[in-house]
Amino acid sequence: MSLDRARYIAVRIVPPLVFGAVLVGLWQWWVVAFDIKPFIIPRPTDIVRQFSSGFDFVRRASTVTGVNAFVGLVCGAVAGFALAVLTNRFKLVSELANPLAVTMAAIPAVVIVGVLNNMYALDSQLGRRIMVTMSVFFIVFVQVTKGLRQNDPTQIELMRSYAASPRQTLAKVRMPNTMPYLFTAISTAAPIAVIIALVSEYFGGTQDGLGTKIAGALNGRNKALGFAYVLGGSIVGLLFFAGSSLLEYVVVPWRRRRESR
Amino acid sequence: MTASSSEDLVASDSDAEPGRSTTPAALSAVEVIAVDKVFNPGTPKHVDALADINLTIQRGEFVSLIGPSGCGKSTLLRIIADLLQASTGRVLVNGKRAHQARLDQDYGMAFQQSGLFEWRTVERNIELPLELKGWDRSRRRARSREMLALVKLEEFATAMPWQLSGGMQQRVAIARALASNPQLLLMDEPFGALDEMTREHMQTELLRICNDTGTTVVFVTHSIPEAVYLADRVVVMSPRPGRITGIVEVGLGRIRSEHTREASTFFESVTEVREALRGGEMADNARGIEDR
Repeated sequence: MSLDRARYIAVRIVPPLVFGAVLVGLWQWWVVAFDIKPFIIPRPTDIVRQFSSGFDFVRRASTVTGVNAFVGLVCGAVAGFALAVLTNRFKLVSELANPLAVTMAAIPAVVIVGVLNNMYALDSQLGRRIMVTMSVFFIVFVQVTKGLRQNDPTQIELMRSYAASPRQTLAKVRMPNTMPYLFTAISTAAPIAVIIALVSEYFGGTQDGLGTKIAGALNGRNKALGFAYVLGGSIVGLLFFAGSSLLEYVVVPWRRRRESR
Repeated sequence: MTASSSEDLVASDSDAEPGRSTTPAALSAVEVIAVDKVFNPGTPKHVDALADINLTIQRGEFVSLIGPSGCGKSTLLRIIADLLQASTGRVLVNGKRAHQARLDQDYGMAFQQSGLFEWRTVERNIELPLELKGWDRSRRRARSREMLALVKLEEFATAMPWQLSGGMQQRVAIARALASNPQLLLMDEPFGALDEMTREHMQTELLRICNDTGTTVVFVTHSIPEAVYLADRVVVMSPRPGRITGIVEVGLGRIRSEHTREASTFFESVTEVREALRGGEMADNARGIEDR
């Protein structure tokens, strides 16, 4: 057992860490060796220094953006899942919803954030959250719709032989079959939610999130501070990805086992 | 027991009423009357799948359906199960219309794919049909224990399907099919994906289970030895459109074991089925001349 764990660490954890360290090392070496000015590309060591000295600022900004991304992720996932189930169940809903979902995905995010910011109070985070919701919604809706159609024909025939109602078949077969798709969608959407939450801060509204802090710092002279905020954003994105993967691990255990065989 | 049994079949259906006054229709498990099946009628994809199928299966009987691939044997099984509708003709299961029989869960079904639900434990897989019937939890659990004992998998009650071998998964599928205690078991090549050793073991197990429970079985296969080893009667079908070209009575008795596979009666029946299958192909080529 401990040998397995040692092998797991050696094979799965050490290589990416080494690779990342090498990349950061190369960056540091490049900036120093070619004497790149700090207002063009800062040194990794300076970024880390800024990150630790300004940790409270980074954390506060990360929390604002992170909460926006999280609220949007949850709302988008719930809405996408619910609508996908409804479209699978009722033909009329599907005819109405499919073009709407595709259209929503095609609208440039920038336009919507601008409009939403005008609609709500200046200190409101609502516009950003709605923006994230819409982006997540589309990813989840498409994946879950696909999942609902991917059924084992034998399982469906069995349910018919049990004289199961469409509602029972949905609850007992289609929904569980869809769970892996739902969690794949959430894992895909989670880092995107952070990026959308961050970018949507560029188009007005309060000045307290990572997006505005990064833009402000990168426009000024202290590039290292800007990169420290970027690092904060990366950490939030990674936390989101890790959280959604953990959720998948817990909720869809049959998938995990099947893949590990 | 003779090769001319296709005539018995025709006779038993054409003058059914006087001949069967002692065995009323309600006693037969399955009755297929003049069934035709056409897929996509009136379109370029028109397929005549089944033509003029007449078949009566008695309670407690084990009947194998055999024929070349595409002969419609699975289609016939699905029509009996009311998973497909016949284009013409009637199907009675336990004396009821097939549709009503399905609603009443009068039969259990098993397929080539075990179709186990991978998010449910073995016992919860077996309990699913009971859940849909509205049985309460403790009654379901008691029943699934009973079924697991029947297929000799008691120690795997809480295992997940992927932890089981292919043969064990099929045993769970059979346990599930029998969970609501149906009198009829419909099986579509359930051992088709198993290796030969497991397959023979499963055949023996299936016969034991059916003898224990008195279940009627309709068993689709394309293996001649399997059809003969299992069945009281082997129904031989022709290539598309599927017709019944012969019925071979297997005189092996109810108690069969691994020795049965070496008995001369076994080989005689195998030969008889093989010849009936060849005859079916020839009859198919000469169709229109030698029509009924």
